[in-house]
Amino acid sequence: MSAGVLTPPSGPTFHLRDPDRARALGDLIRRYAPPYPVRIVHVCGTHEMAIAQHGLRSLLPGGVEVLEGPGCPVCVTPTVDLDRAAKLAAAGAVLCTFGDMTRVPGTRVTLAEARAQGADVRVVLSAADAVDVARSLPDRDVVFFAVGFETTAPGTAAVLLDSPPPNFYVLSSHRLIPPALGALLSGPPAPIAGFLAPGHVSTIIGARAYRFVAERYHVPVVVAGFEPLDILYAIALLLRQLREGRAEVENAYPRAVSEDGNLHAQALLARAFVPCDAVWRGIGLISSSGLRIREELAHLDAEREFPVPAEPGEEKPPGCLCSEVLLARAVPAECPLFRNGCTPLSPVGPCMVGSEGACNVWYRYGGRPDL
Amino acid sequence: MTGRLSDEGVTALHGAGGELMGKFLAERILPLFRLRSAGPIGLDQLDDGAVVDLPPGHLVVTTDNHVVKPFLFPGGDIGKLAVCGTVNDLAVMGARPVALTLGLILEEGFPFSDLERVLRSAAGVLAELGVPLVAGDTKVMGRGELDRIAINTTGIGVAEWVISDAGLRVGDAILVTGTVGDHGMALLAAREGFHLATGLASDVAPLWPLLAPALASGGITAMKDPTRGGLAAALNEMARKAGVGIEIHEEAIPLRPEVRALSELLGISPLEVACEGRAVLSVASDRADAVLSLLRDHPLGQDSQIIGEVIPTYPGRVILDTGIGGRRFLEMPLGDPVPRIC
Repeated sequence: MSAGVLTPPSGPTFHLRDPDRARALGDLIRRYAPPYPVRIVHVCGTHEMAIAQHGLRSLLPGGVEVLEGPGCPVCVTPTVDLDRAAKLAAAGAVLCTFGDMTRVPGTRVTLAEARAQGADVRVVLSAADAVDVARSLPDRDVVFFAVGFETTAPGTAAVLLDSPPPNFYVLSSHRLIPPALGALLSGPPAPIAGFLAPGHVSTIIGARAYRFVAERYHVPVVVAGFEPLDILYAIALLLRQLREGRAEVENAYPRAVSEDGNLHAQALLARAFVPCDAVWRGIGLISSSGLRIREELAHLDAEREFPVPAEPGEEKPPGCLCSEVLLARAVPAECPLFRNGCTPLSPVGPCMVGSEGACNVWYRYGGRPDL
Repeated sequence: MTGRLSDEGVTALHGAGGELMGKFLAERILPLFRLRSAGPIGLDQLDDGAVVDLPPGHLVVTTDNHVVKPFLFPGGDIGKLAVCGTVNDLAVMGARPVALTLGLILEEGFPFSDLERVLRSAAGVLAELGVPLVAGDTKVMGRGELDRIAINTTGIGVAEWVISDAGLRVGDAILVTGTVGDHGMALLAAREGFHLATGLASDVAPLWPLLAPALASGGITAMKDPTRGGLAAALNEMARKAGVGIEIHEEAIPLRPEVRALSELLGISPLEVACEGRAVLSVASDRADAVLSLLRDHPLGQDSQIIGEVIPTYPGRVILDTGIGGRRFLEMPLGDPVPRIC
């Protein structure tokens, strides 16, 4: 086994899918794996997709489990926000949002069902697309239902700060990743051995944003990229920290992520939003984990401009284990409804709806088969 | 006067029977097809049905409806696709195509120039195969009642030995006759405006000339054309029906670099999108190399590969050895990632 395996995957001759290198990393992972079971949590739908698609779980020793946690923004959007969006659409606003959001059940309806009942719900690819819709329909109120983590929030901030037309509003349901990591660790005795930090989010917030996890909770964090070798490499680094008794933030994705992150995007976020307490579906209230539109931009805030009474929604259908899946306490296959009444074509819980939800990915790619 | 034949596009009168219909068929449609009968009564007689004289063997019949958006696409059009789709269903049953029928449904206003182009390419495939068009029908629907054009084709074939998609035996090799996912990705690229950037074309082609020599050489136990749902659906269906497992080596699956790139860009697996000129074969292991080299001898089969084998474990499931060394199930695709392509 070459000692060079544990250098960051980069350089002009590096092949991102080299099976020899993958095998060597697999050997290292087996060597570093502790003799007791460990749960590693990533919080990113793209990671889940890469892990599933490349069958990476089959390369891990039996005791090493990798779970998604609250990594799918569509899955963690609470019913109260969905209901608010559906009500705005029912009241006559043009509601723009990302595709998967239209299929998530609220208390009563999905946005797709609201559309079937006559509401004007449109799928857009970005906040800027929603602004275009507003410009093309100057006589209508156009609301962008903004979901996503630090990766998509700067796009929303950019349009909020770029003098959008007067008929454009944002319903912000953005969520922040670091507070969620804190929440996962501060619940009942956390079985989480370490985190793989999401590469996309980390390009914005920088590796330093996770230091509190290592310092306060003594849990190691490794920032990981999205190629299969990136992920295997990050898992190897994480297990090495465990073996050596360290809890640090390591950056296994330096070709994209810096210590400080994208300062310009961070400045945009700070000018448009202030952190606020926010509900995560299946998890509950996490302090300072949401983004509220700043007072100066209140005229663009759909929540302030069109107050609709919130009703306590049903967060979890009976029997559904989505909460446990989002809290990284269960894998999809442990849910009694998985494949048994809950499928991507007729989802029961939110994790089966989002194409990056753990249940949806496990359904399509077979989870962790005993192969 | 309503009796005039419009030079621009079809009108509702063309599909309504009567004199205008006859004129339309005689002038515009019939001359495009060189072979028009497979027995005493064929297309020229415009009788209520065709009479087909069959050579000895098992009669195989299949039918397919085609709706494709866009109906002209890189590498082909709905006419070529409608013929290939049906004769390929015959071919993977082991049947030589003997006759074809073609039903057209057109939206009022569909341009004659496009109709001629589509039928000319359908006729081209039939001429290449030496297969007659023996019967047909045309209906016209009002504007907005149909998206331009739909084509139904029914194929009649004769098989000396019928090959099913369930005949796989443990130990067989799994072969694919060329690159995977070209048709679906080419249509997607055309729709999304990526076509010029990729130059990707559909693989739509008739398979019989490629498969006939391989069939005659012996050893093929099962065949299927991986159309809707792509390679993943075809393999899962074969494994389920035969009650065997299939193990596939991802790095052995032939993929065009542009298909691979586009699939990563769009998040759509190339194994789940349709091919229209490929076949998946299960071949007795001692015949696999011989069949492979016969396939590769044909221009359509140059990229043929052995991509896996039939295994006794995991009956009904397909296992994928990922290029990176991982293993996972290759699941049956859920829905169509690219709707309306065949």
